[in-house]
Amino acid sequence: MRRKVKFGIVVFPGSNCDHDAYHVCKHVMQQDAQFLWHKEADLKGSDVVILPGGFSYGDYLRCGAIARFAPVMQEVIRFANEGGTVLGICNGFQILVEAGLLPGVLLRNASLTFVCKFVHLRVENPNTRFTTQARHGEILRIPIAHGEGNYFTDPDTLHRLEYNKQIIFRYCNSEGEATAEANPNGSLANIAGVINEAGNVLGMMPHPERAADPLLRHTDGQKIFKSLIAHYVLDEQPLVAVESERS
Amino acid sequence: MYLAKITVTLRKSILDPQGKAVEHAIGTMGLGTISGVRMGKYIELNVDAADEHSAHSIVEEVCKKLLANPIMEDYHFELERVKERQGV
Repeated sequence: MRRKVKFGIVVFPGSNCDHDAYHVCKHVMQQDAQFLWHKEADLKGSDVVILPGGFSYGDYLRCGAIARFAPVMQEVIRFANEGGTVLGICNGFQILVEAGLLPGVLLRNASLTFVCKFVHLRVENPNTRFTTQARHGEILRIPIAHGEGNYFTDPDTLHRLEYNKQIIFRYCNSEGEATAEANPNGSLANIAGVINEAGNVLGMMPHPERAADPLLRHTDGQKIFKSLIAHYVLDEQPLVAVESERS
Repeated sequence: MYLAKITVTLRKSILDPQGKAVEHAIGTMGLGTISGVRMGKYIELNVDAADEHSAHSIVEEVCKKLLANPIMEDYHFELERVKERQGV
């Protein structure tokens, strides 16, 4: 039997997508999943750490600013610096930028309103452990739900992100064009997700866990989980089912 | 004991949509003379430090590491010598 990937989902006070992420990892993807309490500085042998969406610490001060100092985050930072896989979704992305694990910041949406809807994302770089099961330029339909998702960084950092192919997802229209109209929050260069230079930490505002259970009819988010699973188990046994699905 | 009065505002280079919305509302009040509205945060805290110099460096560190995100925000503070702890 193929080994299962162990997903650790961090639970902060105010996390509210932790159970969704757990459900997808455990029941949809049929892997191991465990919750990691914010006060415990222990990742319990997780292969992949997920910082889920929500409003950690009530979004006080700035989104993600308080969570960054939680005991569990000291371990997550250490784990990430050693090459461990970390996926930050929505509030998790905000925490990753506050912790300095990813460049940039997430400002208030340009519209000043909370935006909750399905968006189109263009896969900009399929050569990461998070995206191998997608094609370059593939368009994914995944929902967003946030008030502070307006990605911003200085021109030098943006240039570096572009040059290193660290921009993983961009908001686009159904034709795959990254237009201003398709940008739901004012993000610089339509950025929806970025990876660190080493390629082991990904932050994204859209919620792949909300588009993964076939019961909800949208399954594009599965590609991210499948890619991670493939990253850990492909050497042992190729994911034949996933391959045939692509062709 | 020192009382620090800290203000955190978005950096000038960053669009402040809240400030813009407020400015627009002021405009509709008929007060076209007002412009350049910037929104921010005001934070007060007590510092138990031997002198103003060390109080200054403690507040500086708190601002840099937690209260403001230097990528998007500027901070500014004033120190006031107080006899007792202020606030609750």
